[in-house]
Amino acid sequence: MTKRQKRMMAVASLLLGLGLAAALGFTAFRKNMMYFYTPTDLVAQAVPAGAKLRLGGLVTPGSLQRGEGLRVDFRLADCQKNVAVRYDGILPDLFREGQGIVATGSLDPQGVFVADEVLAKHDENYMPPDLADSLKTADGKHSCAPFKSVTKPGTA
Amino acid sequence: MIPELGHFALLAALAVALAQVLLPAWGVWKRQPQFMAAAGAAAQTQFALVLLSYACLTWAFIDRDWSVAYVVANAHSELPLPYRISAVWGAHEGSMLLWVLMLSGWTFAVSLFNRRLPADLSATVLAVLGALSVGFLWFMLGTSNPFDREVPVPADGRDLNPLLQDPGLVIHPPMLYMGYVGFSVAFAFAIAALISGRMDTAWARWTRPWTTTAWAFLTLGITLGSWWAYHELGWGGWWFWDPVENASFMPWLVGTALIHSLAVTEKRGLLSAWTVLLAILAFALSLLGTFLVRSGVLVSVHAFATDPARGVFILAFLCVVLGIAFTLYAWRAPRFAGQGELALFSREGLLLLNNVFLVVAAAGVLLGTLYPLLIDALKLGKVSVGPPYFNAIFIPLTAPLAVLVGLGAAANWKRATLAEVWRRVRWAALAAAVLGLALPVLLHERYLLAAAAGSVLALWVLATALQEPWRRIRSRRRFVEGLGQVPRGVWGMSLAHLGLGFWVLGVSFVSLYSVERDVRLSPGQSAELHGYEFRFLGIENYAGPNYDADRGRVTISRDGQLLAEVLPEKRLYRAQQSVMTEAVVDHTPLRDLYVALGEPLDPEKNGQGDWALRLYVKPMMRLVWWGGFVMVVGGLLAATDRRYRLARAAEARSPAATSEAMA
Repeated sequence: MTKRQKRMMAVASLLLGLGLAAALGFTAFRKNMMYFYTPTDLVAQAVPAGAKLRLGGLVTPGSLQRGEGLRVDFRLADCQKNVAVRYDGILPDLFREGQGIVATGSLDPQGVFVADEVLAKHDENYMPPDLADSLKTADGKHSCAPFKSVTKPGTA
Repeated sequence: MIPELGHFALLAALAVALAQVLLPAWGVWKRQPQFMAAAGAAAQTQFALVLLSYACLTWAFIDRDWSVAYVVANAHSELPLPYRISAVWGAHEGSMLLWVLMLSGWTFAVSLFNRRLPADLSATVLAVLGALSVGFLWFMLGTSNPFDREVPVPADGRDLNPLLQDPGLVIHPPMLYMGYVGFSVAFAFAIAALISGRMDTAWARWTRPWTTTAWAFLTLGITLGSWWAYHELGWGGWWFWDPVENASFMPWLVGTALIHSLAVTEKRGLLSAWTVLLAILAFALSLLGTFLVRSGVLVSVHAFATDPARGVFILAFLCVVLGIAFTLYAWRAPRFAGQGELALFSREGLLLLNNVFLVVAAAGVLLGTLYPLLIDALKLGKVSVGPPYFNAIFIPLTAPLAVLVGLGAAANWKRATLAEVWRRVRWAALAAAVLGLALPVLLHERYLLAAAAGSVLALWVLATALQEPWRRIRSRRRFVEGLGQVPRGVWGMSLAHLGLGFWVLGVSFVSLYSVERDVRLSPGQSAELHGYEFRFLGIENYAGPNYDADRGRVTISRDGQLLAEVLPEKRLYRAQQSVMTEAVVDHTPLRDLYVALGEPLDPEKNGQGDWALRLYVKPMMRLVWWGGFVMVVGGLLAATDRRYRLARAAEARSPAATSEAMA
């Protein structure tokens, strides 16, 4: 082989590798992409039961109920709608009523969101950007009255 | 007064950094040696000034100077002294100062060790590093000055984020930054090569120790970060494919490709343009990581609440630096066409293939990290890509890499034959296959094909890693004499590959055989997990320096035999009123037993009722970090190889002569 052919071989193998990665990547993408929903989105849209998604909202005060073992039920709300959430496991340290959280899971046929992971950020002034955006109104600052303010105290 | 001094030192450092760019640039352009020589002095002055500034900020923390806003935000009068010192890099402003300190430190080191480099090359390298420093100092002074005052002066600070009050975090960021910033040296060398148009084996030999050192620090930083997350986040995970983790992992992947392609460039004078491109990319990804972490665009445990101006500045800086670098590359790189031939089945050919896999893996990680941002920016919805994506893309790309590692080390430079390579590796291959297939059985685990495959790969890497030093030792008559003859570079390579082997073994076992259980236990009750009995004995309260804690007592036994008594804690940090989980781990090389306190489930009983506990049994968890640490030792050994010290004196020799001497 000439030098040029060899270089072409190298370039071809690089392209082949990239193509392989792209193929792997896009397949993996389609399977593992999760959309972010607010309670309003979830109520308004017909999300099929069992589809994996992330749900962000504020834990409605007074809604937390403990059940058998580690089972907990609570409601997640934004300013308009709320959704029942069921979770079996240990809640994160910063989980409190009124606090913004993001839960990963899917809807069951009864319309209850069954979470398999609940995330609350370790900084209580910090709100996941997805959630903060979804709670903002057009004028850029809004906080649902019963909840903690969306904007960081002191910087608003 | 001290904070003003620190602020002033930063301003002065900016001025000196400007001089460090302009004087040598003028000198190189006009071929004036005295101007070129100014670069070294400027670099050293700049380092002294940044160090002074850093010391001032540290002093403000030690002294609990509540008039400094950054100190107020990240310290408290009850915070212990070691954490007050580490709090300097506990948030954005201070960690940028640490970043700049590292950058000027690396520049300082370059100015010391590169005295024997050709004057124009040395001057260009220092000027490029100076330009980066100008950018970062300007960024700090403009958007994130750590010395800003707080008015009125509060009575006490708001305390350091409790997550960061851990020994792991004291050393994790500095090591990570050493790595990130260290790639700036390789970048500066690459730019200097493009500007001067000279790119030969001597260039590669100058660049190699710097790059390998940076890579070793980055490896250490990532490993420590993983270890810290495991202990401190209370989730028992060691890698989450979190965007910020990815931000450090992408430069690592490309940096790993770079140290391998540098080997080819040094030994064979080939792949020059590719090496330069990798050096630019490794640093580009470091900068991108900084942008991702600092701009607040990411949803991550690491994301700080941030200011958009910072993101815009770093993004602009990224565009300018990369724009210039890639333009230069497009213009000058074509003249670096290699003189030799590259046979695909040879050590350099296999190294090139390794490069392809590493770069493609980095591209896959980049895609998964940036795609959600892109979708969000285009207002197409908010998506996230979870760990399954990264695993799906990463594992199929790393498995062939593990195979290549062994083959590459056994193949000769220039031209290898299958028969020869096979003769060298057949025993290693056989041992790896037999032992690897048997390993899950030997360790009394369920038989999983994936685990057996992982074991075979890991043992293959381990066995072949030892071959090169072994061959060299055997070529001497006496064992001890042979031992002394093996160069550090070979030991380094061997150790780094051993580390990879340990890592693959650890990852395979821990990800396939970990078992976890969340349980509800009353005092005196026990739970069983994977043959271990965890008995919860109850909770006691105690007060730490700046927190109050519930301390649980849990005994772990197996077959009636007591293995350990552990004390997991739940802490309430007083200043921020935030709750933290202190998990405990009882570990041996073969398994970790991990216990974390969840939450009290009977609020009316004041902590004395039922508790939620999280229990894990994780086989071979330690190997993942040991693998990382072994790689670090390997990297540092390789970077301090004798021939770099000897070769520093030598001017560029012809590639042929060099490769002869090295063979």
